[in-house]
Amino acid sequence: MTSLTKFMDSFGAILLAIIWIAPLLFAFWAATHSTSDAVNLNLFSPWTMDNFRVAWNGAPWLKYFLNTFTLVTVILIGQFILTTLAGFAFAQLQFPGKDYVFILVLMQLFILPEVLIVENYAMVSRLGLFDTILGVGMPYMASAFGIFLMRQAFKGVPIELHEAARIEGCGLLGILWRVYVPLAKPTYLAYALVSVSTHWNNFLWPLIVTNSPDTRPLTVGLSIFGAPENGVDISVISAATLMSVAPLLIAFLIFQRQFVQAFLRAGIK
Amino acid sequence: MGTENYADLFADPTFWLVVKNNLLYAGVTIPVSIGIALAMALWANSKISARGFVRTAYFTPTVLPMIAAANLWLFFYTPGLGVLDQIGSLFGLPSVNWLGQPETALWAIIIVTIWKEAGFFMIFYLAALQTIPEDLKEAADIEGTSRWTYTRRIVLPLLMPTTLFIAVNAMINSVKLIDHLFILTKGGPSDASKLILYYIWEMAFAFFDAPHAAAMTILVIAVLGIVAAVQFLYLDKRTHYQ
Repeated sequence: MTSLTKFMDSFGAILLAIIWIAPLLFAFWAATHSTSDAVNLNLFSPWTMDNFRVAWNGAPWLKYFLNTFTLVTVILIGQFILTTLAGFAFAQLQFPGKDYVFILVLMQLFILPEVLIVENYAMVSRLGLFDTILGVGMPYMASAFGIFLMRQAFKGVPIELHEAARIEGCGLLGILWRVYVPLAKPTYLAYALVSVSTHWNNFLWPLIVTNSPDTRPLTVGLSIFGAPENGVDISVISAATLMSVAPLLIAFLIFQRQFVQAFLRAGIK
Repeated sequence: MGTENYADLFADPTFWLVVKNNLLYAGVTIPVSIGIALAMALWANSKISARGFVRTAYFTPTVLPMIAAANLWLFFYTPGLGVLDQIGSLFGLPSVNWLGQPETALWAIIIVTIWKEAGFFMIFYLAALQTIPEDLKEAADIEGTSRWTYTRRIVLPLLMPTTLFIAVNAMINSVKLIDHLFILTKGGPSDASKLILYYIWEMAFAFFDAPHAAAMTILVIAVLGIVAAVQFLYLDKRTHYQ
C-alpha cells in the first residue's frame, strides 16, 4: 500500500469514527455546560455538574435502575432455565415429533415479540401480571434464539462424556448439570451479554406493560423524563441520558472484546 | 369472521401511507447501513492508525438504548438551537425544522437508524474478513491486481453469505426499530414519519382499537413469514456447500 492511500484510509476511517461518536460527544458537552453555553458552542465556558444534579432530582432514577437491574436478572434466570432444558432436549433426546416441534420453535425467530405487543398485552393482563416486572420479562423467557444457541452448544459435547457419566450412575438431569452445562460456559456468557444488553435497552414492551414508577425500567423513565410536556432543557436531558447509559457503556468499554465476541457468537448461528 | 377488519385497513389511507413510509424506511436503511458497515469493516481490518479507537467508535451506538440515541440526536435536530442548524448558520443557511416538516421527518428518523445499526453489522463483516486467507491477497499483489479489483472480485464474493445474513437482520430491524419515533416525531407531522409497528402500538394503546391492531399484526407476521421462508431456503443452500 502506498503511503498516500494509507493516509487516505486512515483519514477516512477516523473522520467516520468522529462523525459516529459526535452525538455522544455533544451530549457530554451539553451535559457539562449550562444550556446557553451548550447551544452556543461556547468553547471556553465553565464546566458544571448542575445538570446532573437537576436531572438526578427530577425522577426516581435509583428506582428505575433497580427495576432495570431486576428485570434483566429475572429474564436471564428464566432464559437460562428454559433454554437449557429445551436446548438439551432438542440436542440429545429422542421424542416423537421432535423435528416438527423444533420448526415451531424456530418460527418464533421471525415472529418477533415486538410485533406481538397486542396479543402479549392481552395475555399478560389475563394472567394478572400487568404492571409487574415478571409481566415485562415473561414474553422473552422462552427465547427461540437461546434454545437454538444451547442446542448447538450441547450438540458439540462429545457423546463419550455423556456415556461415561451415565455408566458412573448419573441421572439425566445430573448429566445435564455436571457435563453439558459446564462445557457450554462460553455460550452462556455470550448469551448473557446479548440478553442483558438487549433487555437493558428494550423500550416498547415495558412502555406498554408498566404503569408506575415501581416497575418502570430506565428506558421508559428516560422517555417520560424527556417528554416535551415536562419542559426540561437540552442540557438536563443530555445529563439524564448519559446517566442512564453509563453503566452499560462503561461495562462495554472495559469488556469490549467479550462484547464483540458475544454478539458474533450469538449472530453467526 | 373478522374480514371486515382487513377491509377497513385497506380502505384506510393512513394505513397505506404507513406502509409506504415503512417501505422507504427499509429501502434506504437496509442498503445504506450494509454499505457503511462494509466500509467500516474494511477500514477496521486494515493497517490504519488509531484502529482501536476507530473500532470502538463504530461499535458504540450498538450498546445504547434507542431511546437514549433519540435523545442524543434531538440535540442535533432541534430547530434554532440544534447542532445542524448551528453548522448551517455558519454557512448562512436558514434554520430548518428537520423533525417538524413532512419532507424531512422520515429522513431524520432513517439517519438515526443507520447510525444505530451500521456498527453492529460491521462486526459480522469484520469476522468474515478475518477468515479470508492471507495468500489470496499475496497472490493478488504478485499479479499486480489493484486494490479495487481485489476487493470487488475476491473480497465481496467471499462476503456474500455474510451480506445475506446481515440483510435479513436489517430487514427485521426495519420492522422492529421504532423506539426513536416516540422521542423524535411521534410519527408526525401528519403521519409523515409513522411506521407500521408504531401504528400498531398507536391503534391498540392510544386509540384502543385492538381488532384493527390485531389485523395489522397478522399482516406483518405474514410478511415476516415470507422473509423466514427465504432465509430457510438460503440456509439450506449454505449447508450444501459444506
